[in-house]
Amino acid sequence: MKDYEMVIGLEVHTELSTKTKIFCSCTTEFGGEPNTHCCPICTGMPGVLPKLNKKVVEYGIAVGLATNCSITPYGKFDRKNYFYPDLPKAYQISQLYLPICRDGFIEIEGKDFKKKIGIHEIHMEEDAGKLIHDPIFDTTRADYNRCGVPLLEIVSEPDFRSADEVIAYLETLKAILQYLGVSDCKMQEGSLRADVNLSVRPKGQTEFGTRTEMKNLNSFRSIARAIAAEKKRQIEVLESGEKVVQETRRWDDDAGYSYAMRSKEDAQDYRYFPEPDLAPVEISEEWKAEIRATLPMLPKERRNKYIEEFGLSDYDAGLITGIKALADYFDDVNAIVNDPKEVANWLLGSFMRVAKEGEDDSFRILLDPDKLAKIIAMIKTNKINRNTGKDVFFAVWKDNLDPEVYVEEHDLAMVGDDDLVKDTVAKILAENPKTVEQYKGGKTKVLGFLVGQCMKELKGKADPGTINAMLRESLK
Amino acid sequence: MIITDEIIEYVSSLARLDLNAEEKIKIKGEIEKIIDYMDILNTLDTADVEPMSHVLPAVNVFREDEVVPSYPRDEILKNAPDSDEGAFRVPKTVE
Amino acid sequence: MAFYEWTPLETASKIRNKEIGVRELLEATLAHAVKVDNEIGAFLRFENEYALKKADEVQAKIDRGEQVGTLAGVPFGLKDNICSKGMETCCASKILGGFYPPYDATVMKKLDEADVIMIGKTNMDEFAMGSTTETSYYKATKNPWGLDCVPGGSSGGSAAAVASREVPFSIGSDTGGSIRQPASYCGVTGLKPTYGAVSRFGLIAYGSSLDQIGPIATTARDCAEIFEMICGYDEMDSTSMPMEIKVLDQIDDGVKGLKIGIPRSYFGEGLDPQVRDAVLKAAEVFEKSGAEVEEFDLSMLDYAVPAYYIIASAEASSNLSRFDGVKYGFRSESAEGLRDIYLKTRTEGFGSEVKKRIMLGAFALSSGYYDAYYNKALQVKALIKKAFDDAFAKYDMILGPVAPTTAPKLGESLKDPLAMYLSDIYTVSANLAGLPGLALPCGFSREKMPIGMQLLAKAFDEGKLLRAGVLYQRETAFHEKMPAVIGEVGEE
Repeated sequence: MKDYEMVIGLEVHTELSTKTKIFCSCTTEFGGEPNTHCCPICTGMPGVLPKLNKKVVEYGIAVGLATNCSITPYGKFDRKNYFYPDLPKAYQISQLYLPICRDGFIEIEGKDFKKKIGIHEIHMEEDAGKLIHDPIFDTTRADYNRCGVPLLEIVSEPDFRSADEVIAYLETLKAILQYLGVSDCKMQEGSLRADVNLSVRPKGQTEFGTRTEMKNLNSFRSIARAIAAEKKRQIEVLESGEKVVQETRRWDDDAGYSYAMRSKEDAQDYRYFPEPDLAPVEISEEWKAEIRATLPMLPKERRNKYIEEFGLSDYDAGLITGIKALADYFDDVNAIVNDPKEVANWLLGSFMRVAKEGEDDSFRILLDPDKLAKIIAMIKTNKINRNTGKDVFFAVWKDNLDPEVYVEEHDLAMVGDDDLVKDTVAKILAENPKTVEQYKGGKTKVLGFLVGQCMKELKGKADPGTINAMLRESLK
Repeated sequence: MIITDEIIEYVSSLARLDLNAEEKIKIKGEIEKIIDYMDILNTLDTADVEPMSHVLPAVNVFREDEVVPSYPRDEILKNAPDSDEGAFRVPKTVE
Repeated sequence: MAFYEWTPLETASKIRNKEIGVRELLEATLAHAVKVDNEIGAFLRFENEYALKKADEVQAKIDRGEQVGTLAGVPFGLKDNICSKGMETCCASKILGGFYPPYDATVMKKLDEADVIMIGKTNMDEFAMGSTTETSYYKATKNPWGLDCVPGGSSGGSAAAVASREVPFSIGSDTGGSIRQPASYCGVTGLKPTYGAVSRFGLIAYGSSLDQIGPIATTARDCAEIFEMICGYDEMDSTSMPMEIKVLDQIDDGVKGLKIGIPRSYFGEGLDPQVRDAVLKAAEVFEKSGAEVEEFDLSMLDYAVPAYYIIASAEASSNLSRFDGVKYGFRSESAEGLRDIYLKTRTEGFGSEVKKRIMLGAFALSSGYYDAYYNKALQVKALIKKAFDDAFAKYDMILGPVAPTTAPKLGESLKDPLAMYLSDIYTVSANLAGLPGLALPCGFSREKMPIGMQLLAKAFDEGKLLRAGVLYQRETAFHEKMPAVIGEVGEE
């Protein structure tokens, strides 16, 4: 068998977190009873006209600037015509001829790669509605609440050669979008969706193979799985002497395979033409500069700041700034405790583990930053020891409890009474004459056992270091 | 240009029209005649002409991002030939 | 003088002076209109209940001494492609039958707020596609001047309703001549405003880049009054221009010192000599009134019709895709399965002219033909616009015929669709270039059918057109003539 390489391009759709839809003033709020976030405009009634939400353009410009694109000075919308019950006008208002952004790139890195992924273009468009299949009556119900929610479609160049690169790109892109505050990027709610265009070719070949487009990828995990499966499928097709068919395939994550979508009788001829109902969009240098001035610090910049200002390692800084919510949390905690390395250690350890719990790609922070700061402070002031600190953290996380109150209620504070500690050390030494003998005979390893016995006697509420020192002193 | 049966088939499928044989012949003949006439446009040299989609000079006509209450659902659904559980109902869509 | 001979402004003044009550007038109007309409068929539906309620409201406002609109209490007819809240609006099509929009078109809303009373929806070519009103799914409308002739189209019902004095004025829409040509065929005055002057919100689209709503009345002065009432920026329509348009302040200024150009190409082959003579006679009236009139060469005339039909049909093919049996209107009973619903609903629901234009438009946009047809048409549109820009650098107005002939006989036009399309030659350019156009009656043929002339001006120069119209109607009386059918019906 030949050695094959994959060529992948991505089309990422991100729902923008504007308050209203792209062409009408209905709310974009997720959920709601079917067809309750609707008006004649987003349900495609006859005679109504679209009116463009300015915020969508501003968000489009911001994303373009953050991904090194050139912003189209004179852009337009186009109609993409096709019939489907989730599209009430039977055309989607999108951008084909003059999209808002072009020719950008995003830098990605992973264990064994560091590269630029080209952004071919970014365009604004409207989302479609939701179809609910009723298996009992074998019918479909159309709910237009999502219809008209603004989307940016970010189309990459076919620059990926592995699933790792794809995931790294998506994580980077997600971080950028979240930093900009333009999208909440929740894959499970469909506010971040990626379609994968994939082809394979024998290594060394310069021209591309025939590609397929994979849809219905709802998590990073399913993207990675779908890429592996599609690579394998295409290689098998080629190895058996067949040709890969250019088609759209739907990934079934439960079954772990994909199948071809859309019947052949539907020719893919969208008959795009300029949308006559919307005025063109002119983006001046001034407008661009205005938006550039309001751009928040982006992941890359923040990472450098964490390295330079806080002395974090490149790796740690990358992990923390890769998730905006985490970086914000870092800043909040550090503002109180002023010990970046200590905070970083916390966030990248137990914290990361519990925040990422759950089957999707979501990241949930349940504990207020000032509460983690309290735990750290209690450790630093020797009110509790480090182990107790961790236990307290896990105990207060889920219900966002006050760690000080928790320590109080569970009587976890370290014993402040030096006499009690001294007495305990004396007591343990008295109770374990054999061990004391062993130690004195040169077997110093047994000291650990004695420390443990003391800690046990004190119910963990002491500083092991102090006890260690006291034992050594007494055994001299 | 010649409008073939294939073009008529293809275009009617795109437009979701199911023309009967008689209609097809009639429409084909008429479209052919019209297209023939339209070919007069090809006598014009437009190589340097920017296509004009919008005749008005207006640009950047925007709406502020402010929510207006949506319509009552009854108003949205009242004209629907078939609806159920607050939604428009159609036969099963196949993927 | 019978009440139905009053112009809108005359009617309004009699109401304001309490010479007649709003309800009294409305009941008389409805009774008269129903009677006349048995012969003409201008209306698809009368909205008695709504109109009578509105009449009482307007009367109450007047009685309370509140501020009311200049045309308060005047009845009018609304073309069936303009949405009226809670009242059936179906573009004279089967597929949209039974559609009750939950919103008013901006124009309807403005007129309603100005205390004008909509009494019913007027007949039209299905989805405004046609030049005769014969493609209506429901019925053909007759020309009040010759009951065996068409009223023109697509706003044939609106024009016939005014010509037969069923209503003092009506509202139509014009995509390629659909206000001006029926106004001309029916001997009334019709204004197609500049693209962007009147909101299109609630106008069920045919060719979105070409459609405009405008008034039809017996006089230019009344058209001016109505135009000022309905024009202006609308935040619901991104293509309406954010500017104030005033026409009444110059309405009596005459044409002295204005330059009027007459394109030589407008008077070539295909033009009925009777039409030619009437239009040239009108030119003399303007000249005598102090305008400078001269012939000139306007290029691109031959390219306007093909460019227009490509653009209008392409946009229509997309605009009419939403009629699919899912959200409103007709759904085929016999359909099984989703694709079948689309196919059967659309095939059974659209008439043949509409289907043909949808096909033509889908073809012009389809892969492989876009550049040769649609894009080419947009380029030609740019050239046509430029030809008019050049002309208006020299002239205040352009004068010509509205249509090559007077109204054809019923049943004649649809036999040769290409010939029907070509009869739009004088009107479609204004839509492509977005210009305002005014159609005015300027004579009668030997067969006693009305002849119309058309004045065009540069964008947003409606004021000049209307003052020329007012001047012309001061000097002539063609607009005062009434078809015999009104008297005949009245005597019964």
